[in-house]
Amino acid sequence: MAAITAHERPAAARPRVGRFGAQDGAAYLFLAPWLAGFFLLTLGPTLGSLYLSFMHFDLLQAPRWNGLGNYIRMFTSDPRFYNALSVTFWYVGLSVPLKLVFALAIAMMLDQGLRGLSVYRALFYIPSLLGGSVAIAVLWRQIFGYDGLINEGLSVFGIDGPSWISNPQYSLVTLVVLRVWQFGSPMVIFLAGLRQIPQELYEAATIDGAGPVQRFFRITLPLLAPVVFFNLILQTIDAFKAFTPAFIVSGGTGGPVDSTLFYTLYLYQEGFAYFRMGYAAAMAWFLLTIIALFTALAFLTSRYWVYYGDEGR
Amino acid sequence: MRAASHPASDVLARRLRGLAAHGVLILCSVGMLYPVLWMVASSFKPEQLIFSDFTLWPRDFSLKAYVEGWNGLSVSFTRFFLNSALVSSLAVIGNVTACSLAAYAFARLNFRLKRLWFALMLGTLMLPYHVTLIPQYVLFLNLGWVNTFLPLVVPKFLAVDAFFIFLMVQFFRTIPRELDEAAMIDGCGPFKIYLLVILPLSKPVLATAAIFSFIWTWDDFFGPLIYLSDTVHYTVPLALRSFVDSSGRSEWGPLFAMSILSLVPVFLVFLFCQRLIIRGISTSGLRG
Repeated sequence: MAAITAHERPAAARPRVGRFGAQDGAAYLFLAPWLAGFFLLTLGPTLGSLYLSFMHFDLLQAPRWNGLGNYIRMFTSDPRFYNALSVTFWYVGLSVPLKLVFALAIAMMLDQGLRGLSVYRALFYIPSLLGGSVAIAVLWRQIFGYDGLINEGLSVFGIDGPSWISNPQYSLVTLVVLRVWQFGSPMVIFLAGLRQIPQELYEAATIDGAGPVQRFFRITLPLLAPVVFFNLILQTIDAFKAFTPAFIVSGGTGGPVDSTLFYTLYLYQEGFAYFRMGYAAAMAWFLLTIIALFTALAFLTSRYWVYYGDEGR
Repeated sequence: MRAASHPASDVLARRLRGLAAHGVLILCSVGMLYPVLWMVASSFKPEQLIFSDFTLWPRDFSLKAYVEGWNGLSVSFTRFFLNSALVSSLAVIGNVTACSLAAYAFARLNFRLKRLWFALMLGTLMLPYHVTLIPQYVLFLNLGWVNTFLPLVVPKFLAVDAFFIFLMVQFFRTIPRELDEAAMIDGCGPFKIYLLVILPLSKPVLATAAIFSFIWTWDDFFGPLIYLSDTVHYTVPLALRSFVDSSGRSEWGPLFAMSILSLVPVFLVFLFCQRLIIRGISTSGLRG
């Protein structure tokens, strides 16, 4: 094998293998687990679900051709689909900007050379660490329940709060709060970004008479734009995929009256409660399209608002 | 400028600003963590006090909720914790070995179609797991793996979490190639270089991958929900969920107690590996 001949005369030959393809055998052995996973668990199933999205499939019988039936049902005659889409867009649209604003605000407070930075950073990160778990979703169910912690606190001021999680007006908001509460991980990323901004810029701007607002919009924000962009993409994709909080807080139903029926939750119900797996596969492909479109849009528009410093603007 | 003409008042203003900042930050962090602390406190309170008492210090201290919760389902939580520990440790081992093998090939070896495979690997990073969900389920069902731990563990041994490959490739590339070359002259083949040169020098990135594999697998709810149906096979998050369903509105104590216990392993990992976790997030955006 090529890889072995390269080592037979180690002293004479240049040790670095120059010829492309010279280590094929060894390399493909190293890659074997990943390649198997890629074909059997990623590429195959991805194409498989595209195929199933054109089928009737309930696990019991072999898939039957349904043409565009699943997609037609999705877009023309399924109000729950539209509802799930709208709930998810509200959730993403509210939680992502709020989370990033909090993350940036706290990161800027921490970046002033305060003492105890690492302690604060750890404390603010704890909700991100724990927040995705079932345990915290259980806690949220209690806190925002009728006799929960929030209403307990409100009653001190004589306010009789509603049952937040079983009121369709507020239920989604409680989940947005849960997500915004986990602003610690983008905050850590912002902090690392803020550290990269040269202090002299601020000093020079102050001497030129720039106030804090001007310094923020003229220095901090433009120089931080790549980090904002990175966080925005990461957080948006993550929010689209959220499942556990809605499932636990609503007891798996997406209720009350479908007000917390996240896209992923509806997909799960269609696939694994009603066994309309063809339909669920079509929904999965539509989700992939949304995420891909969003990412593409973000990248295409980024050249107008993200400044990477090494290019003339 | 003002600062130059009144240095003393400027220092004072700065101190006050710093103090104000500390005040705001302390208030914010206490406010944020209050619900969690309150859950911990409530788990030690007698049942009737949970609803009427939002203070942190329990007036009557009792472990009753823990005892009740531990045996609150038909199978005890000992089993659920053992299940979770088994699945999480296998996931850690799988991810670290399979991803580092692939990453070594991408970072160090020359082979045909390397660029294509690398691009495909990066492509899978963006893929939402829902897209592969149903065919994977059908596959595992046909293999007879549903209601076993295999669907949760085997994918890790096949390096499906490509993010870790990417992370390791980045790290391996920073290791000087001269070390490989020296080892080659000493007669090492690619596998020995991987094992004796690259891995020992890559402890930080391997540890980061291990930590995040552990946290994500321990917290994973969706996978177990899909694949595990017998109570004896439940992992802790799944057990908590059926605890929610089975307990009435008044039994918050045991539910809280078990919720807290489920958070302890992740919290301990954070306590001891804080630096690696924070660095992992700030350099590569690993989500928490």
